[in-house]
Amino acid sequence: MLDVGRHPNISLLAYSELTALEGEAGDFTATVVKKARYVDADKCTGCGACTEVCPTPVLDLYNEGHAERKAIYSWFAQGIPSTHVIDPDHCRVLTGKKCGVCAKKCQAGAIDFDQTDEIVEIPVGAVVVATGYDVFDPARIPEYRYTTLDNVVTAMEFERFLSASGPTEGHVYRPSDRKLKQEKIALEKSQTKLAKTLARFEKKHGMDSPAFLEALEAGSLEVTEDLAKDKDKWAEKATVFLAGDDRLAALAQEVALVKTATKIAFIQCVGSRDLRFYPFCSGYCCMHAIKEAIIAHEHDNDTQSVIFGMDIRAVGKGFEEYKIRGGNSSQIAYRRSRVAEIVPGENQAPVLIYEDTTTRKIVRESFDLVVLSTACAPVKDAAGVADTLGIALDKFGFFKTEAATPMDTSREGIFVCGCAHSPMDIPESVAQASSAAARAVQTVMKSKKAS
Amino acid sequence: MSKTSKNQLEYEQAPRIGVFVCDCGSNIAGHLDCADVAEYAKTLPNVVYVKENLYTCSEAGIVEIKKAIENENLNRVLVASCSPRTHHPLFSSSCAEAGLNPYLFEMVNIRDQCSWVHMGKRDQATDKAKYLIKMGVAKAAGLEPIEEITSSLTRQTLVVGGGIAGLSAAQALADMGLRVILAEKTGTLGGLLNQIGTLDTGETAADFVRRVVEDVTARDNITCLTKTTLKSTGGYIGNYDVTLDTPDGEIIEKVGSMVIATGAVPLIPQGIFGYGTDAGVITLMELEQALKNDSLSDKGFLGKSMVFIQCAGARTAKKEYCSRICCMTAVKNAMAVKKKYPLADVRVLYRDMQMYGTHKEQMLWDARGLGVRFDVYSPDNPPRVENGKISYFRSVTGEDQVLDIDMVVLSTPLTARKDTGTLANLLRVPTDQNGFFLEAHAKLRPLDFAADGIFVAGSGRYPATATESRTQGIGTASRVAAILFKDKLVKSAIVAHIDPCSCVGCLSCLPMCPYEAITYDPEKRVCEINEVLCKGCGNCAATCPSHSAQLAGFKPEQLLAQIGAA
Repeated sequence: MLDVGRHPNISLLAYSELTALEGEAGDFTATVVKKARYVDADKCTGCGACTEVCPTPVLDLYNEGHAERKAIYSWFAQGIPSTHVIDPDHCRVLTGKKCGVCAKKCQAGAIDFDQTDEIVEIPVGAVVVATGYDVFDPARIPEYRYTTLDNVVTAMEFERFLSASGPTEGHVYRPSDRKLKQEKIALEKSQTKLAKTLARFEKKHGMDSPAFLEALEAGSLEVTEDLAKDKDKWAEKATVFLAGDDRLAALAQEVALVKTATKIAFIQCVGSRDLRFYPFCSGYCCMHAIKEAIIAHEHDNDTQSVIFGMDIRAVGKGFEEYKIRGGNSSQIAYRRSRVAEIVPGENQAPVLIYEDTTTRKIVRESFDLVVLSTACAPVKDAAGVADTLGIALDKFGFFKTEAATPMDTSREGIFVCGCAHSPMDIPESVAQASSAAARAVQTVMKSKKAS
Repeated sequence: MSKTSKNQLEYEQAPRIGVFVCDCGSNIAGHLDCADVAEYAKTLPNVVYVKENLYTCSEAGIVEIKKAIENENLNRVLVASCSPRTHHPLFSSSCAEAGLNPYLFEMVNIRDQCSWVHMGKRDQATDKAKYLIKMGVAKAAGLEPIEEITSSLTRQTLVVGGGIAGLSAAQALADMGLRVILAEKTGTLGGLLNQIGTLDTGETAADFVRRVVEDVTARDNITCLTKTTLKSTGGYIGNYDVTLDTPDGEIIEKVGSMVIATGAVPLIPQGIFGYGTDAGVITLMELEQALKNDSLSDKGFLGKSMVFIQCAGARTAKKEYCSRICCMTAVKNAMAVKKKYPLADVRVLYRDMQMYGTHKEQMLWDARGLGVRFDVYSPDNPPRVENGKISYFRSVTGEDQVLDIDMVVLSTPLTARKDTGTLANLLRVPTDQNGFFLEAHAKLRPLDFAADGIFVAGSGRYPATATESRTQGIGTASRVAAILFKDKLVKSAIVAHIDPCSCVGCLSCLPMCPYEAITYDPEKRVCEINEVLCKGCGNCAATCPSHSAQLAGFKPEQLLAQIGAA
């Protein structure tokens, strides 16, 4: 990324969208909307001081919703360009409220709330489509209960858990346990606040809260004029506080028992090789699951993983060897099975119901955490992109190519590579990218020669 | 005044060092006292100008550096800011734009090494920044101007291997206006595809490969040499000298780069699953040829039953790797047989069906739709082939299955060619544990060798389908073009030199060089460094007992001055 950002021949238009492509191979005009960042890219140095002071927390989708970012942010720490962007849906100023602390903090004077979208027309000889893919939404598979069971997550969410800079700093805590911790922190905060209010009442009326409640219930409370005003509010707050104390004690016990997840199930082909959704194989997910299981084991040597799949497709240079190593040294078991259902179990542990095809028995097995290897789906707006570019999609929804001309789309001068072409792993994508670059250069040279 | 003489003048004058201290907003200034650091810098020897910037890397900061070089007549520049990994190129090229030799620039990292690691210890962080700048100034005073190393480029590429990967590379290079020598060991272009009936796309392989071969042989800028092997290589990126053994004798050519596309060979499964002993046991490649020549019945197939055994000789303790293409090839052929003999019992016994991606998985659905049966087997309990029967354990029923068979097809892996190691030695590139060529980086540089200017495509790296080999072949063309489209090869001047006057020819440096950039001249009895091959690692300089080998920009006196200031 850094190389691309610094290359003298590359103009990087991040946070931009292609809206039209006129002309023909060798002589296209691309219309690109550079979306308003509300931050001057020439001035912003990416120092991040604005993010520190921004008062508006927003759900962080880079961390798959398991953390918060601010309304002024960069998508992730090492992003190129490092220019920050203001989220217009959440920024206080851009939603008509008072704020602007980022503008005050920014020493480079880069904040510009009046910035608007900019439309640029760029002459280009060829186009390479590398729009990637979208991850399948497992909520569409009701039997896996992704939306109702906290401890069923996607491989992407798990990737963030394993990351040292992710929401759990590389420790694999179950989402249900993180919820407990968060509840405890929030409750402690509200209890502290309540305690202050109660202390005020107690001092004013010379009586502690439990005694006050007791007297109130027994009907023996001596209601002075002062107390009459405070009585109801005090009673309400004291009741909430005492209940909160009980809950806090229970939570403290539960949180003390929280351990990281060490028994992990990976379910392959979630949405792929499935005629209800995508008939194709997503190519990279078997290796992704193995990699995640190996890293989880590196983080905690007690971790045991089971990878459930119809086939384990370790098909690439060194992949089978990696898979075997995972089995031998990282406590990974590979189980040939398509999991039928995930049901809730005790202590928030998901229970898998599956047929072990080697013993032909139906098994119910409980795990700390279940990771779904979700399908590599065509980008949500593939049809729109195809329409803008005037190129065809194949029957799977990816951009169509022919085997003899593997990078060429249906329109001359437009090429495709990576998961926009079909699901594939990193080395295949890189090889294709080089190939698409060669085709693009040939197109440009051909048109130069002709003119 | 020429650039060189100006640089020489700058260098010969007493050092006039400009120091720029970057606040990085609050990133540095928030955790140490930048103003104090700047004041301190003014007291250092040879420092004639100091400026504290909010952001030295901003447009304004760069303009200040350039102005100061001109107005203050600076002949050394030091920036104390962030990581040289990200910002050194920006600052040194800015110095060059202002007319200062870029190697008269020095950088000190007071962000990562001070404000970040000593956050909350303001005084200590400030003191450390002062020390680092003092050391940097001491080194800067001794810096010398160096000229970047340039070398000519020969705009011709040698492609080794005339299979689909090599042919595709040659086509793509020729389309970019580059000259190509295509060397093929056998007498025919086309490689393994010549032996195959149809491709997985349904097209006849012969038609496909003929079209490509006709195109390649018709090109003016491609020289096709069949029955030709690479005999020796010398030189380096941009100017490799290659000797080719052709039927008409040896020829010597100069090429700027090379693409290695030598392919792989199917394993002959002698002694396993009855191959060579039982009638009707053939390999997948033999089935391909039988289907191509319509000679299936000659081979003993009666149209009753055919069983494919996958991973025959692959994914074993001896050959751990999966050969990637055999599942697809078996399914393709099983479908062809089933279409031709709809009543035949066609089965595929497999361990994992490797039908990755869109098109291949669709083939698997289609094959099942045609009635091809798939049964999984475990390597601990493999199928047994004896006397025209196959027996295997069907895990889905939990019972042993015994079948009369006309034909058993063994899907054997593609294996590395025996001469891969010899060729690798010739090219000074590595091979992997399975004997295939080893690329520079498994993920990010799949088509590059670690050696500059040499690339790899197709099954010589790892088994690949025809489409994948073609993709990779075309891909290497853009890797080559990125080198040969330039006017000349320009590389960093941070390379080592050996002083022939003091070198005693002890040869200590020779084995230390990981790039084989050092040679020994037996006549002069000294070692010499090829500066195009040198990557500036400094191993030789650290080894040389007489200090004859020195790394530009990191000479002993420069480093000692820096250490002395600490």
